[in-house]
Amino acid sequence: MLTPLTAMIRKDLLLYATDRRAVILTLIAPIVIAAFFGFIFSGGGASSTPAKIAIAIADEDGSAVSKAIVMGAQTDRNLHVDMLSAALAAEQVRKGAISVAVVIPKGFGEAAARAFFSAQNRPRLTFLYDPSHLGEMGMVSGILTQYVMESVSAEVFSGNDNSARIAEESIEASSLPLDQRDKLRDLIDAAQAFYSLPPLPGPEGTSADAHPARGIGMPYVVEEHAVTSGADVTYNGYAHAFAGMTIQFILIAAVDLGIGILTERQRGLWKRLRSAPVSRRLLLAGKTVSASLLGLFSLLVCFAFAMAVFGVRIHGSIAGFVLVAAASAFMAASFGILIAAIGRTPQAVRGVSMLAVLVMLMLGGAWMPSFMFPQWLQQLSFVIPTRWAIDGLEAMTWRGLDLVSALTSSAALAGFAVVFLGIALWRFRWEE
Amino acid sequence: MLEAQHLRKSYGELRAVDDISFQVHPGELLGLLGPNGAGKSTTIAMLTGLIEPDEGIVLINGQPLTGDSDPAKLRIGLVPQDLALYEELSALANLRFFGALYNLAGARLESAIDAALSLVGLSESRSAAVKTFSGGMKRRLNLAAGLLHDPDILLLDEPTVGVDPQSRNAIFDNLRTLKARGKALLYTSHYMEEIEKLADRVVIVDRGRVIADDTLAGLSARVPLPASGERSSLESVFLGLTGTSLRD
Repeated sequence: MLTPLTAMIRKDLLLYATDRRAVILTLIAPIVIAAFFGFIFSGGGASSTPAKIAIAIADEDGSAVSKAIVMGAQTDRNLHVDMLSAALAAEQVRKGAISVAVVIPKGFGEAAARAFFSAQNRPRLTFLYDPSHLGEMGMVSGILTQYVMESVSAEVFSGNDNSARIAEESIEASSLPLDQRDKLRDLIDAAQAFYSLPPLPGPEGTSADAHPARGIGMPYVVEEHAVTSGADVTYNGYAHAFAGMTIQFILIAAVDLGIGILTERQRGLWKRLRSAPVSRRLLLAGKTVSASLLGLFSLLVCFAFAMAVFGVRIHGSIAGFVLVAAASAFMAASFGILIAAIGRTPQAVRGVSMLAVLVMLMLGGAWMPSFMFPQWLQQLSFVIPTRWAIDGLEAMTWRGLDLVSALTSSAALAGFAVVFLGIALWRFRWEE
Repeated sequence: MLEAQHLRKSYGELRAVDDISFQVHPGELLGLLGPNGAGKSTTIAMLTGLIEPDEGIVLINGQPLTGDSDPAKLRIGLVPQDLALYEELSALANLRFFGALYNLAGARLESAIDAALSLVGLSESRSAAVKTFSGGMKRRLNLAAGLLHDPDILLLDEPTVGVDPQSRNAIFDNLRTLKARGKALLYTSHYMEEIEKLADRVVIVDRGRVIADDTLAGLSARVPLPASGERSSLESVFLGLTGTSLRD
């Protein structure tokens, strides 16, 4: 039994070595495409600063408040601000040159100060956005909230004649009882008196940021920590890209495997194989093992390239990485056998199986990380084997998780493989 | 000896083989003839264990053929109608693979390959990729692949389709050699002159049943003598027994 099995494996490896297209498909294509996606995911490099969101602000107000908002936005590290007219800003958004344009209408500063005391008659801050950049719209809105609150509150509490007038008019116009109006007036007077004081010198070595803002500032400072497997380990976008692309191409190779089996059957080769005293299980086992070995070889070569050139590292368990890679290759090979089992002809099965692969890749997070999916889709993706393969490879690389994590992914992948092979054995059309 | 006993096989409503029985003896070449759809391919598939008969048995030297991995298959060699070869691999790599399926390994395998290649006249081309071979060379290699494990019984399913007269003649010589070595040969073909040249006995099947099992002389006696007074050709006997209407 061993001689036929090893012969079948050796023959398939030999055929692979003589097939230039197969070598390109399983080695060169995943490396090239993963390198491209890795470059994109890494923002042009692991250590580079994040790309700024290009926005435009149309300041039709020109008040102290609006100028302060503009200044805050211009100094924000996440934004690149151009000052344009409202019409020109809208045109730039339409053309896709910028993602978001903010129009600060005339009278915004005073209206915002009045609305500060009563929630009525709040002025509108108009956001014009590119619908294909919805995520950026949310980010810009959040960032500007901070600067609007700071600017408006700083104006309200500045104690100048204009702010005092606005405060008094707002209190008089309110529906508060007289005693409550007095208390509010006292509160504003006290705040204005406080903010009119010159800033205290801070302790030696501290910056001005250590002192209260001149308005209502954000009551916290964001401290960002990328959580990876260690303090000195940074996220490497190439790790995700290589995980996704290598899984993609071993699945495409699996489609080729299935089509190859059907072609061999069409060419009468399976008659010769089956006339030999070898069992059907052994024939399928030979194909599965050889395809698994080739898939594993492809995964290991691609990741070796990623390590050598793009600094991808296995921060988790090396044994776990090999285990997940082997289980992924086994799953892909079994998928190829399944294609051969349910397909009638190579021509008929090619389109359907490629569609299945594309859906698996899309839902499995090969093209974009699965955390970007809606919650229900994230849950659904756990029934897709590619999700386990990609998560498992990422867990062993930049996430730096342990062998137990690899065992979970590998067990899931092996489970899928067993199901695929079971269906294949059940449905395989042995009779030509 | 190969013996088919009351083989029956149906595909849905279609009865492809309906009670076919015959024997092939050592040192004998039996021609198996029939129009398209007569049941020849299904019969060959049952004889080689590719499909299981609904009824009846196949006996190899008196032992029933059972299951995919029955060791009795070691006694059978199949030369399929298709060129069942890996075109990208060399002749040697192909034969090493097919030999290993019959548990041949090491010196035994290499010796078997040498013998098979020598028989079909391809020793010089052993290292060349099959895709560089002519049609005739591929046919001869196809035959060699079926002979590697030195089977007692060789089933040849139209083994000369599309080959030039030289290669066909070479294949005929190979078959005569094998017959002389005591092999039992079952040969199917649509070329009646091939059967006339090679066969000791002919079985004609039609609509899934054996309609004649006889020597060439015996078959000729079943139809009236032509005006020339010579023995009827096999083709005229065949058409006389199976009719001239198209079958597909």
